[in-house]
This record gives sequence, C-alpha cells and structure tokens, in this order.
Amino acid sequence: MPDFPIVLTNRYRVPQSWTLKAIESLGAYEVARNCFTTLEPAKIAAEVKDANIRGRGGAGFPAGVKWSFLPKDSKVAPYLVINADEGEPGTFKDRTLMELDPHRLVEGCLIAMRAIGAHVCYIYVRCELVTSIRRLEAAIEEARERGYVGSRPFGVDHPAQIYVHMGAGAYICGEETALLNSLEGMRGEPRLKPPFPAIKGAFGAPTIVNNVETIAAVPDIIRMGGKAWSDQSRLPRDGGTRLYGVSGHVKKPGVYEAPVGLTLRELIYDLGGGMLSHDRPLKAVIPGGSSTPVLRPEDLVHAPDANHPLHAWHGQSHIDVPMGVDTYRALGTMLGTCCAIVMDSSTNIVDAARNLMHFYAHESCGQCTPCREGTGWLHNLLDNLCAGKGRPEDVHLLVDVANNMMGNTICAFADGTAMPMLGFLQKFREEFVEAAKRGVQPHSLGATARALGGLA
Amino acid sequence: MTFTLSAESEKIVDELLTRYPTKRAACLPLLHLCQRQEGWVSAEVIGYVAQRLELATSEVQGVVTFYTMYHQHPVAPNVVWVCRTLSCDLRGARELQRHLEKRFECHANGTSKDGKFTLKTAECLAACGQAPMVQINDDFHENLTIESLDRILNDIAAKTAVGKG
Repeated sequence: MPDFPIVLTNRYRVPQSWTLKAIESLGAYEVARNCFTTLEPAKIAAEVKDANIRGRGGAGFPAGVKWSFLPKDSKVAPYLVINADEGEPGTFKDRTLMELDPHRLVEGCLIAMRAIGAHVCYIYVRCELVTSIRRLEAAIEEARERGYVGSRPFGVDHPAQIYVHMGAGAYICGEETALLNSLEGMRGEPRLKPPFPAIKGAFGAPTIVNNVETIAAVPDIIRMGGKAWSDQSRLPRDGGTRLYGVSGHVKKPGVYEAPVGLTLRELIYDLGGGMLSHDRPLKAVIPGGSSTPVLRPEDLVHAPDANHPLHAWHGQSHIDVPMGVDTYRALGTMLGTCCAIVMDSSTNIVDAARNLMHFYAHESCGQCTPCREGTGWLHNLLDNLCAGKGRPEDVHLLVDVANNMMGNTICAFADGTAMPMLGFLQKFREEFVEAAKRGVQPHSLGATARALGGLA
Repeated sequence: MTFTLSAESEKIVDELLTRYPTKRAACLPLLHLCQRQEGWVSAEVIGYVAQRLELATSEVQGVVTFYTMYHQHPVAPNVVWVCRTLSCDLRGARELQRHLEKRFECHANGTSKDGKFTLKTAECLAACGQAPMVQINDDFHENLTIESLDRILNDIAAKTAVGKG
C-alpha cells in the first residue's frame, strides 16, 4: 500500500475522534482562532484561492473563485450553506468526515464564515445519516460551550451561528438551488439560474453553497498556506489531497485520502486491494459517482496532438490517466465525487444501467418534462430489455431518449442521467443488442458476491 | 382528532423557529419531529404543521409528498430500508431483498406478518464501501450476509412488542 500524506483524515484513527476532548491537543480550532483574531478575511479568501481547491461535491468549480462571486456592496450578510446531502450512487466520503471528524467541518465553517462575512451557516445533511447528524450537532454544541460558535467567537465581534438542517430523502436536494428551496421549507425543486446563489440564494440573500469536504479542507489550507496545500497535488490547477472512494467488486472497498491526480489503477489495485475475485478481471468502472460516464480498461488515450491536454498519456489505458477535474473532462467523462464503482467481468452492463436508471427515474423532481418523462422511459425500456421483452429498435430508442434530455432542463440532473446512459450504450452496445434479443439473466449483478459465499 | 406535539417537542419548535428568517423554513424539521412522535405523517399532522407555520395545508402536503422519508401511511414499529442502488446490488442487495421478502412474507412497502417490520427499498444511502447494507430505524447495518442480517432482525424482533389485531 502506497504511503500518501494524510492531512484531511489525520484524526480519523484517534479514539472518540468526534469529541473535542480527543482532538483538542491535536490543534483543533487553532486555525479558526487565528482567523478570527489575527488574519484579515481577505487574506483567508486569498489563501483558499491559491489552494486551487476544486469543489469536492462533483462539479469541480474552484471554491476560491466561487467565494469571489459574492457582491461586494451587499447590505445583507451572506449565508454559508454546507451541502451534506451526499447521495450520488457510489459516493460515501463526506459521511466519514461528519462521523469521524465533525469538528474539522465546524472549524472550516467558522473560517469560511469569517472570510465571506457570514453570520449564519446551515449544514444541510440528508436525514438518513443519523450518526453524522448526532455527531455534528454534538460538535457544534461543544464548540458553542467553548465560545467558538456563538455571538462572539474567540472573543471577536463576528457572530457565527451554525445549524444542522435535516433533509428528508431526495437526491435532487444535492443540487444547490434545490437544496436552498428545501432549506426554505419547500419542495426540493431546482431554481432557474441566473440569479446564481452567490447573488440571490437562501432567503433571497447572497449565499455560498460548498460541499462538506471542500469546507473541511479549509483549516489545513490556512495552516499550511494555500500554495503548499495545493502543491500536494500531482496536477496543476487542481490542488491538494482529497478523499477517494472505491466500491463494488474490489477486495478493500472504502474511503482513502491521497493526492489529487491518483489514477484509477492505483485506486482499484493499490488502495482498493485489487479485484474481489481473482478470476474475474476488471470490466468497467464508473469513476466518480453514477452520473459520470463509464470507463473501460482496454480503451487507450488517443491524443497524438502535442497540444491535447491528455497528450502526456497518449497510448495509455484510460485507467492510467490521473483523476482530475480537467483531465477527466478531456477524457469524455467527469471526475464527479471521485468515488468509483468497480465492476468485474461477471457484470451485465444492461442490468447495471437498469439499476441506475431506476434510481434516476425515482429521483427526478418532475419539474421539467424531458427529465420526468425521459428518466421514466429509460428505466422502462431497460426493464423490458432485461425481462426479455425488448425489441431491436429499443437500443436506438435509448440513445434517442437520452439525447433529447440533454440541455433541455432547468438543472443538470437530466444531463447527469443521459451522459452515463449514452456512455454505457456507446461502450457496451453489443450487450444492449444482445439483451434486446435474449433478455438478461435475473439477479446477474450479485453473481460474484454469491460465488464468494454468504449470500446464496 | 387533532394532533398536538408534546410540551417538550413544542420547546424544540420554539427554538427551531429562531434559526431561520422565515417560519416556513422550519417545515422539514417540524415534520420530522411530528413523525417521530406519531410514527407517520397523518392528515392531522399536516393540519397542525400548516397552522403552526402559517402555511396552507396544500403547501405542507406538497412538501410531504415530495420527500421519501415522510411516511404517508402508518408503518410498523421498525422500518427496514434495503439499499438497492448499484454498489450494493453488485455485492448482493437483491439477494438480501429477496430474503427479506420471504422472511416478512411481504413485498417492498408492505409490513411483515407479525406486524413488527415494514420493508422499504432505499436509494443509495452513502455506505457503498460497506455494501450490502440496510438501514433499520436510525441504524446502519453494513457488510451484511443473510445470516448476519437474520441475527440483527431476530434481536430487534425479540425487543419489539406489538398489539396484534
């Protein structure tokens, strides 16, 4: 197992790491204290910009740049909202931060509030994560008792309140404007943009919405200095270390911290311990949550042009390209949440696609017709294909439906459904054609788990 | 029959309302509180929430129907959510679900013969690295086999008393 610097997760192994008592001697809240008593807010924001931290929620937008979109002359204080609605299939990294080091998130919130001039922060956590919610609430309470959270944090006249707000089971509330509607007590339907939240967000006020991991990284960014933190990465303009998740057919599924720019091969075979069953090699991997198009190990990078962003990896396997926001975009997929779903040779891709399209059909908020109808059609078509009731023309119909969803809706959900669907169709077309003829063996996806016992 | 929250919970509501600039923003947390007391979100609960937050009942109804975690019908004392999404499916979630359907003699959204468990399927519960998993009430149970799940259910069943009938 490779030896990577451990920064964000350095307190995970401390017994009772979620209590202030356990981690106080390890420097908890020292950076926040410094930010409130010594550092200028503008300096904090500048360090975060220098850190080149790309948003860890999936879109990969530079967090420092996002902060700079707040209006300078606003008469109302902005809100800070933390997106802890982790629900992208395959993604389970933020939960570890909230359960094992909630104080790091609380400290990050305080620093960010100081930097952007916010006085209230809401942490929007999906209600299923009961342990995360309890530990976060306890952490906030501990910080309040010490006077870190409240009307005068660290004795400074900058009121800072942090509240946990529970979701109620809707994936779409991870979309930032849907999250804001949900926070305001409404149905979680995404809003038309512009205005963007930085101008008009929660309760009509300027609002910054950041992912849990993004904000939890802020204390280390300030402690190390933005540039030093950024330089831990293997890639330019995409800084730091980050949490990688790996699940599916690997021996050691889990969440691991490593520098930005790790390859899927390292994630699967080094950190993830390799394929679950030695006689079932890697067939496909969904690199960063279910909305990111699938990759195959046998596909090679074609970038003979020296100006191509992937030229350095010309001729190498897709799984040897470093995982970064820009490299993955150039590869025709997305980095997303950096949590990979690994599928071995026993996996029927049509069945896997059906599983995910069921998810999207269930989670579409229903506001826009192309998404509401499209997700349902994709799911029904795949259900029919798997049941052996498909027609040869259904394969083309899947492409057609997916294409009609792209770019025609208020939010990115429809694109996030259509893109992986098209990825499956493009790379595994013959499996769909085959399914249209013969259907799919029922319960095919659990084959490896069954073969290894316990679930037969 | 009108619904009333316990005096203790009413204090929580008062505090909740101080957290937001609007009353409406307390809608989701208030519904959670009511569901915890009542077991599900009845028409009476909706009426109460609407009145407490000065909203139309239709607005609260719209919220309740949007979110999966509000039970719109009474449920058993224990709710078992089986994660069915891809990472769990690759590690045997379908087998778990089939087993639960057999054990409970009901399908998803149904309640077991003994009235102790309601079975539901869940979309990704952010435990993909510990697949397959189920959530039972507030607790995650991870890295399951059929045997380990049965042991957990036996324990819970033994502790659950239900008035049959």
